[in-house]
This record gives sequence, C-alpha cells and structure tokens, in this order.
Amino acid sequence: MSRRRHSDDSDDSDGQPHKRRRTSEPSEIEERLESLICRVGEKSNSSLESNLEGLAGVLEADLPNYKSKILRILCTVARLLPEKLTVYTTLVGLLNARNYNFGGEFVEAMIRQLKECLKVNMYNEAVHLVRFLSDLVNCHVIAAPSMVAMFENFVSVTQEEDVPQVRCDWYMFAFLSSLPWVGKELYEKKDAEMDRLLSQTESYLKRRQKIHVPMLQVWTADKPHPQEEYLDCLWSQIQKLKKDRWQERHILRPYLAFDSILCEALQHNLPPFTPPPHTEDSVYPMPRVIFRMFDYTDDPEGPVMPGSHSVERFVIEENLHCIIKSHWKERKTWPTSGCALILCLPLLQVIFAELFQLPSPPHIEVMYTTLLIELCKLQPGSLPQVLAQATEMLYMRLDTMNTTCVDRNSFTKNYCILSFDRSDCLTQDLEKPKPKFVREVLEKCMRLSYHQRIIDIVPASFSVLSPANPVCIYKYGDESNRSLPGYTVALCLTIAIKNKASNDEIFSILKDVPNPNQDDDDDEGFTFNPLKIEVFVQTLLHLAAKSFSHSFSALAKFHEVFKTLAESDEGKLHVLRVVYEVWKNHPQMIAVLVDKMIRTQIVDCAAVANWIFSSELAHDFTRFYIWEILHSTIRKMNKHVLKIHKELEETKARLARQHKRRDSDDDDRSSDREDGPLEEQIERLQEKVESAQSEQKNLFLVIFQRFIMLLTEHLVRCETGGIDVFTPWYKSCIERLQQIFLQHHQIIQQYMVTLENLLFTAELDHHILAVFQQFCALQA
Amino acid sequence: MCSGGSLSILRSDSYVDLSQYRDQHFRGTRYDQERLLRKSCTLYVGNLSFYTTEEQIHELFGKSGDIKKIIMGLDKVKKTACGFCFVEYYARGDAENAMRYINGTRLDDRIIRTDWDAGFKEGRQYGRGRSGGQVRDEYRQDYDAGRGGYGKTVQCQ
Repeated sequence: MSRRRHSDDSDDSDGQPHKRRRTSEPSEIEERLESLICRVGEKSNSSLESNLEGLAGVLEADLPNYKSKILRILCTVARLLPEKLTVYTTLVGLLNARNYNFGGEFVEAMIRQLKECLKVNMYNEAVHLVRFLSDLVNCHVIAAPSMVAMFENFVSVTQEEDVPQVRCDWYMFAFLSSLPWVGKELYEKKDAEMDRLLSQTESYLKRRQKIHVPMLQVWTADKPHPQEEYLDCLWSQIQKLKKDRWQERHILRPYLAFDSILCEALQHNLPPFTPPPHTEDSVYPMPRVIFRMFDYTDDPEGPVMPGSHSVERFVIEENLHCIIKSHWKERKTWPTSGCALILCLPLLQVIFAELFQLPSPPHIEVMYTTLLIELCKLQPGSLPQVLAQATEMLYMRLDTMNTTCVDRNSFTKNYCILSFDRSDCLTQDLEKPKPKFVREVLEKCMRLSYHQRIIDIVPASFSVLSPANPVCIYKYGDESNRSLPGYTVALCLTIAIKNKASNDEIFSILKDVPNPNQDDDDDEGFTFNPLKIEVFVQTLLHLAAKSFSHSFSALAKFHEVFKTLAESDEGKLHVLRVVYEVWKNHPQMIAVLVDKMIRTQIVDCAAVANWIFSSELAHDFTRFYIWEILHSTIRKMNKHVLKIHKELEETKARLARQHKRRDSDDDDRSSDREDGPLEEQIERLQEKVESAQSEQKNLFLVIFQRFIMLLTEHLVRCETGGIDVFTPWYKSCIERLQQIFLQHHQIIQQYMVTLENLLFTAELDHHILAVFQQFCALQA
Repeated sequence: MCSGGSLSILRSDSYVDLSQYRDQHFRGTRYDQERLLRKSCTLYVGNLSFYTTEEQIHELFGKSGDIKKIIMGLDKVKKTACGFCFVEYYARGDAENAMRYINGTRLDDRIIRTDWDAGFKEGRQYGRGRSGGQVRDEYRQDYDAGRGGYGKTVQCQ
C-alpha cells in the first residue's frame, strides 16, 4: 500500500495561509524587534555607533505600542548576552536620553529580574545583571551614588551571621567583578565610600577560610603558575586596577562616542536594594580556582598576553567564558563568534580552564574537542602549533596534575600523541604519571582504531607501553587444562549453547558442578557456588567474545541463569571477578559488560563498588577504565533515583489534576473510589523512591568505607616502614576520593550526619579527614 | 520573567534540526515520520569504513552519553559490514549531543555523518543497493579502499 504524499502539511485551519502574510501579527513584530536588538553589534557594513543610533530611533518610535515587549527583550539580552554588555548599556543609555520614563521603567524591570534570579538560585545570570546595572552608570542612566549604595548593601552581607561563606562570596564577587566596568566612575564620584568598601573587602578576604582550595586545584604545584582561589585573584586584579587609577583598556565602550548626548540625560536612582535573605533552599555557586597555564613568556612573538593580575586578563577571560556559554550549542556560529577572532593563548587557556574544571566542565567534554578541531581549521596558520605547544606543556607538567584532569585530557590524548618526544617516560617506573599517561593514551587510541595499528605506529622502544591485545582469556580452552575442575562441564556447556540450549538445559548441566565451598550440596542446589559461576560465565563469554552485540545477546538469552547464580552478594561479586578474568586484556569490554549487567539487574551497584575495591583488582586500581566504570555506576544509580522520583511527582500531579477536575465538576457521585488506583500507585512509587534512595546512600557509604580502608592501610604501612606517604598511587587515590565528593556533592550533602558520625570521625588519619573537611568547606 | 525569557538566537540548534532526508521505506505518514524523528534517540551513522567495528563506534559515540544499542549495517547478501550503522541512546539529549559534536568528525580517518532515524525495525540493518550493499556504493565512480574499492557498477564493467 503506497503512502499518499501530502500536498500541504500546514495546520492552517482557515485554509488561507496567504492571509497571514498580509497583516503583521504581534508575534511577528516581537520577533522582528528581538532580531533587531540581538543583531546589533554584529558584523555590519555600518559602524556600531550608527547602528546603535538607528536602532534607538526605531525602538523609540515603537515605544508607544510595544514598550513592554521592548522592556522584556532588553532585560533578557542583559541577562543572556553578557558578551555584548556595553553595546546594550549604550542602547539603553540612548533610549533613556530620548525617553526618561522608559529609562526608569527599564531600571525597575532590571531590579525585579535581579531579585527573581537571586530567589531561584540563578547566581551566574545575576552577576551579569549587576554588571549591566553598573555599566548603566557609565551611560548616565543610573546615578553613581545609588550604585555605590547598592554595593554597600552587597558588601554588608559579609557582616551577616550564621550564613554560608559562599553567600558572602557571591555578593563580594558581584561587587568586585563590576569594577572593571564602573570602578573609575564610582571612584570619581564617591571615593571615600569606595575606599571604605574596598577596605571592608580586604578584611573579608583575609578572614574567609580557604580549606576547599586544594580540592579544586588542577595542579598540586604552584610552579610555574600559582593556582589561585578565584576571589583572591580578582582582588589582586582590582587592587592593581586601582593602582593604575582605574584605567582599563580592553573593554569596548560605545557610549564614549555618545558622551555629548548621554551627559544631557537625566539619571535615575536605584531603589534601595536589600539582598534577599539566606534560606534553606539557597544554593550558591561553588568556589573556583583560577586555571593558569600560559603567561606572556609563552608567546614571545605574539601580542603580549596580559599579566595574570591585570584586570584585562579578567575581562578577556570573562568575555570568552560568556561567548562559549552563548554559542556552545550552535556549531554554525563558532566561526563568527568571538572565539575565532581571539588570540590563541587566552582562548586556549579559557578552553582548557573549562575542560579541566573540577568537578566537571561546564559543558559536555566532547564539545570542546570538536571546538578545538573547528578552531584549528579556522586559524590553520597559528592555532595548531600553539595547541601542540600547549599539549607538550601539559605533558611536561603531568606529575603534578590532578588525576581526574589527567583522565580528562581527552583531546590531547588523541591529537598530538606521537608528534613529540616522550622517551623520558621510558626511563621511569611504569607507575609514574608520565608513562602511565602514555599507556592510557595508547589504550584509548586503540579503542578508536585497532590493536595492530597501535603496534605498527609505536616505536619498538616504546612497546612496553603498548596496550595488550584485547583478546579473551578462556581458562578451559586448552586441552592442557583438562585437569581443571569443571573442565568437562565447560565442554558440555559449550556444545549445549552452540546447539541453542534453553535456560533449563543449562541449569541441568550445571547441577553436576560440585561446590568447592560445601561438603554436601544443598537440596535446592543453588546457593553460592563459585565454580558453577566460573564455568558458566567463562564458557558463555568465550562463546560470545566476537563482539559487544554477541556478548549482550548472550547476557539476554541466559539472563535467568545469571540471575539465579548471582542471587547472593557473593554470587554477584564472583560473576564480576570472572568477567574480569576473562576480559582483563579488554577493559572496554569489561566496562560495557558491567554496564549491561547492572541494567539487567544481574549485579547491583554496590557489588560493582565492592568489586572495584577488591584485592583482585588492586593491580588495576589506578587504571582509568576502573574509574570509568565506577563513575558510570554512580551515574546510573543517580539517574535511577531521579527517574523514579520523577514518576512519583508525575503521578502525584495526575492525582491532583483528578481532584481538581472533580472539584470543578462538583460531582459528589464520583467519590474517592476513583482515587484508589492512583493512590495505590503513589504509595508503591513512594516505597520505590525510598528503597532507591537507600540503595544510593548505601552505594556512597560502601565507596567511602572502602576508600578509607585502602588509604588507612597505605598510611599505616608507610608510617611503620618510614617511607614517604606521597607515592603516585597515594596521590591518585586521594584525588579520586576528592572527585567523588566534588562530583556528587549535592547528593552527598544529604548524608553529612552519617558521614560525620560513622565514617569520617576524629579518629581517622588526618590525611583522609582533610579531604572530608575540604568537602565540608565547599558550601560552608 | 527570569526563567521564562529566552532569545531565539540562543535557541538555534541547527545540527539537531531534521535534515532533508526522509527514509522512503518508512511506513506511515510524513507527519508520523517527522514526529518520530523529533523525539528519536536513534541515529543513523554513514560513511563508515567497512572495517570499522562496533567497539570503535561505541568508544566514539559513548562520548556523548550512554549507548543503549548499536546495530551494524550489513550487506544483504554477504552479511558483512557495509559502512553504516544505527546508534541508539537511552536519552534524547545524548543523541542530540552526538548530532552536535560527533557528526562531521573522524572515525577510522573518515568523516562520518549522523542523521536522525525514526527507529530501528528488523530489516533496516541491510543495505538497499542491488548488489547487497548501500545504494551509494552501487553507482559511485571513485575508488574508496575502505568501502570495497570501486562502486559496484564500475566493478562490473
């Protein structure tokens, strides 16, 4: 039956599509206004000044009819296009000069929006609003003294009692980070007040605690570039700015060209702004450490890179972060976004800063790799070389780089791997960061190609770093193994499976396997029998070794057998052990099998956690694939909890809607009887949520417990042996623990009481306790 | 006002938009097809080398999220890989990120292409060319070592 092709898919109900085009609908006008406003400042044949003037004229004319729409659009661009801040403040300045009332209404709308943002924890966007307001001082829209008054209220938050430090931090940051734009003007008008504010700032910064900083640093060494806490760095930059008499040279200030018009305008006073109080629901931004990898010495031929304490550095980097935030989704805009036009070193530094950010990059990691590839295509004469240089630099500093960041170095892994000399890693112990890194890189390269290719590329001298051939190890494969217990059953199983045996047939073959753990078998026959598990799993995985799909089919087909054999906790652990034994040369296969087994509930998350920390895996403990598996496991657990929670909320909403319908129908006949099934469902889901949350908590507790055990063992061994604690293994382990805390801090916060009382008690070695204290300091 | 407002230029997401291609073998209306494409978690991946394995694809496409299933495209006659596959994610968002950032990048030194797929159905894993492979390999004139050399029609000359 052929499909009839539709001639016109439009949903036009009146059947007259052309009618729409003749009259301009309000939504079309709004689109046009939005488009005009958003496009100003982009590449154009006319100058920015004439475009702004033209647009101001158009908007002024539209004010009588479209004022609220224009207000809304301007407020939105202030919030969402911070990279064009001064373009829009100038525009508002011009509008205010032409229409004083509009200026006042805009300021009011901005204050409302700011309050809204703070209430719903949108702190990053709130900073942009504050900066916008402060730049409006430069455009003669807002009177300087009222802006100073607002900043006084911000800084006085640091005097509040019993509030988290991160709250005070945000208000301080909002104040300081506006000063590059408006510091000069505010200081000229109100120098005494500003001096007072700055000295209050200094004393706050001196007394605030910085226990959290080590957890967030990408490098553990301060050479060649110190990893500064973000407020400290900003403060140094502002102090230098003040010393330079607030001369700031980088920011584009279109309003300067309109000075004669703007200075005639009447200014508005900001209404007194009281910071909304701290509530239990307030979630403030996490503290940050400023990532530095370049300074001006790294680019002797290029334009001079601003010093790390120059305010230009701050402004340039802020701008780049904003550009990436606006454009990350739309690859089409990357060539014309600021990114492609910006100097290599600051750009690369910002990209790497985001890539290496702890706990996670602000955007998905693969975006950055594709961005770098695209940028290399756009600047083929300069960026590739600088990128290669940067890669080399990162490699040289590997020893002090945070393990999580080394693991994340995904682009550099695939990019320049063999284009520079890495012979230094051959002379080192294979557990040292550099040789380890090269091994991991080679393994990742192999995953994206194939083993022989890696062997062909890697020079013979490096062969010790080459990955193993990812073949499966079947212990019952050779005739010489026939003395192994279970060998005959393995053979039997192999034949049976090849002949498409059913689960029941498999069970009956397995019944013959003796249990090395027991003297006499249970009548049920299915208590934990490691040999049964071994024979079955080895044989099946070996038969299905050809590809992932083959293995997944095998897991699915014999799911029942798996479930039965792995019913107990020991069973689950043993299944994982056998999977490892078979596939230890193919970490990627182990990862996908574990993933499948969790999803099909053959093993649970806690079993995987226990397996990862088990002594059998100690040898592989610092390999990246282990952490890939652990983090993936935690992610699955978290997603599961969220999913059930969402189901519960949706069902509750359905019940609420049903009630509402009934109330509005005013029908007494339909009684609570109708609610029955939904209420039952809610109860069931409630139980499911609680059980999932309990499983989630248990998973984290297991992980923390095992970390503590492992680290304590190491610390005791070092102490009694008189050797230095800080081995490569120890560094890796501590940093992995830190990452667990950081990456899941919101969830883990819920367990604080248990963690404090049960696990991270005062008796713990101070090395381990320090990590917990750093975590507590994050949102304190 | 805060959470509701956005800008259409920031909503632009062209790499996620539907392409012009519509599978002509799709059973259903064009409307149904597009509805399925818009909520699909499955991608068609094209221009693969015949030698590219499921493992390689898993590694590359795993960068945008957890993969539910990979189905290798097969020559209908030989039942060997013929240069395309389907990748299904658990979450739509992960598939979108693959469309944004993995589409147009290299695998096995070939620029691969991804497109939305309305969903795998049995039979769709086979090439639709007359010789058993993909249609594009029937008629192409160039030599492509990763895709069986010359096009089939050229080979038969």
